[in-house]
Amino acid sequence: MKTARLAALAASVALVLAACGSDSSGSGATALDKLGTAEKQLNLVVWAGYAEDGSTDPAYDWVQPFEKETGCDVQAKTAATSDEMFSLMQTGQYDGVSASGDASVRLIDAGLVAPVNTALVPNYADLSTFLKDQPYNSSGGKNYGIPHGWGANYLMYNSKEVTTAPDSWGAVFDPASPFKGKVTAYDAPIYIADAALYLMSAKPELGIKDPYSLTQVQFDAAVALLKDQHGVIGEYWNDYTKSLSAFSQGTTVIGTTWQIIYNLAVAENPDLKTVLPKEGSTGWSDTWMISSKAANPNCMYLWMNYITSADAQAQVATYFGEAPANPKACDVIAASDATFCDTFKATDSAFAEAIHFWATPRTKCLDGSGDACVPFSEWIKAWTEIKG
Amino acid sequence: MSTSTHTVLPAPSHGAGRRLSRWLHTKPRARLVALIGAPAAWLLVMYIGSLVALFLNSVYRLKEDGSGIDKTFSLDNYHELFTTQVYRDVALRTIGIAVAVTVIDIVLALPIAFFIAKIASPRWRTILVAAVLVPLWASYLVKAFAWRAMVASPGGVLDTTFGFSPGYGVTALIVVLAYLWLPFMVVPVYAGLERLPNSLLEASSDLGATFAHTFRRVVLPVIVPSLVAGSVFTFSLTLGDYIAVSLVGGSTQMIGSIVYQNHASNLPLAAAYALVPVVVMVLYLLGIRRTGALEQL
Repeated sequence: MKTARLAALAASVALVLAACGSDSSGSGATALDKLGTAEKQLNLVVWAGYAEDGSTDPAYDWVQPFEKETGCDVQAKTAATSDEMFSLMQTGQYDGVSASGDASVRLIDAGLVAPVNTALVPNYADLSTFLKDQPYNSSGGKNYGIPHGWGANYLMYNSKEVTTAPDSWGAVFDPASPFKGKVTAYDAPIYIADAALYLMSAKPELGIKDPYSLTQVQFDAAVALLKDQHGVIGEYWNDYTKSLSAFSQGTTVIGTTWQIIYNLAVAENPDLKTVLPKEGSTGWSDTWMISSKAANPNCMYLWMNYITSADAQAQVATYFGEAPANPKACDVIAASDATFCDTFKATDSAFAEAIHFWATPRTKCLDGSGDACVPFSEWIKAWTEIKG
Repeated sequence: MSTSTHTVLPAPSHGAGRRLSRWLHTKPRARLVALIGAPAAWLLVMYIGSLVALFLNSVYRLKEDGSGIDKTFSLDNYHELFTTQVYRDVALRTIGIAVAVTVIDIVLALPIAFFIAKIASPRWRTILVAAVLVPLWASYLVKAFAWRAMVASPGGVLDTTFGFSPGYGVTALIVVLAYLWLPFMVVPVYAGLERLPNSLLEASSDLGATFAHTFRRVVLPVIVPSLVAGSVFTFSLTLGDYIAVSLVGGSTQMIGSIVYQNHASNLPLAAAYALVPVVVMVLYLLGIRRTGALEQL
């Protein structure tokens, strides 16, 4: 009887081992040469609000027209964080992903995504040039994705309590802040870049050039700043509905935010205001990437072209509240909302260039300044320590 | 269709089922396997298997560039957990919160369970037991979100009604977790008290014991195993929580929140850290085995 039990245990262990050992590392995938016939399916990993099929709000549906046009049946899996997107892509079951900069470089390095042949995406030509061939969507001279849309991280404050309008990120990094317990910060390792950005001008002697390429000394200074900030933080947010409720109710009065959160929150609490601080800002620019193991590459290419068309971009941008990558979308949006593209500064390349878009830090510095940068794995560990 | 004159008895079956049953009758070992094979496989693969997977992942490590997992044996994660201050602090904080929640639940559950078991009429007893259990049918997430609106400061329900609220933080977290797990304490204590004969209470009182004395010498010894059984639930559920802490815990971190934050970015470390509550619970269960509480579960 005892041997039988042991055998059963051994069998279950073997099963588990087999399950763990099944994923393989990335291959040196190459870009597609020409489009073939569309497959019947498309499996995507997306941010909430990036692939709406009318089930959330019947007025917003850009997935079903695509399905009718191409015959590709879209299955979209929503991910809440960049880390979740990365691990979903590791399964190899998805054809593409709408990756932010804090996931895209990791995806490229891990060989999980393939280069993109932009010649097969006609709408690529229309996209804003300041979004093309950036460190977060290209590597080694190869293009790894099609820009989707972008936005800046703003400083939001409740003007009823924060009576002097802040003009610097220093307002959230002051350990003696009068708003102790009512300050918020973005709950992700990439937020360390916000501290680094502030230190670029607050402590020029550190010599920080790019908030995503930090030497150990620069990194330690940013982490120390965030540890001091921890004392005044009421709560961190990474779910935007949490930030929305905290700002509308007044439990949070100052902190980093996205334009979409402000738009929704100000409707409930007119005292809220946003500012782009004088130091500039971090931001995100999302990229459609194709999996190196894509089972439906043709559908993915069709999708990448469709989602960057003026009409689809107009719907996405107004639904999500971000600047469209395709400026032609502005003409479409202008028919219903003339000020939209000005609000999001969609065509303002000077504004976009002042934004330090999220990118994944690695040992080989992203800005080409050497091989001694603190890699993202250290950022992840530091973030846990910062929160204590 | 004509009316039948005699009743038709089902013919003795000579089918496969019959043959199988006859074969099983002669083979007790095969009978046992057929009976418990599926549940045992479930237990081994799903339950023990997931623990094994957890352990295996904990001895892997994250590649330097964060781009994947290096599947060679290494104790780096454990080394890091033991040498980094933050993991020790958070583990101790989590255990502290679990102790506080358990104590609060014991203090609240005792009078509630005593009232239901010994004072309420049988009709009320049913209603009250149902009232204690009903909240368990509502989603945990919904209840935690409701508490987010309750303890918000300023502007929360507590704040606008009583002019005071702890705001998001450890205090609010303990209150919310104590609320969430209270039924898990009330039910075993109630079951323990039901088994206590009323005659014992009456005898104690006839012999001149005060209420406090009766409670200490008669009631408590009987329900200690129930209390320990309830504490297994409140303690282990608190150790694993990560949702309530993110909703009402303010900037507080618990074991669960660190595991959650790292599960996608650094799975090996998350796996190693997730073993901490497992170890704590195993030690706890070993400790209480002697009290006989495990029979109350």
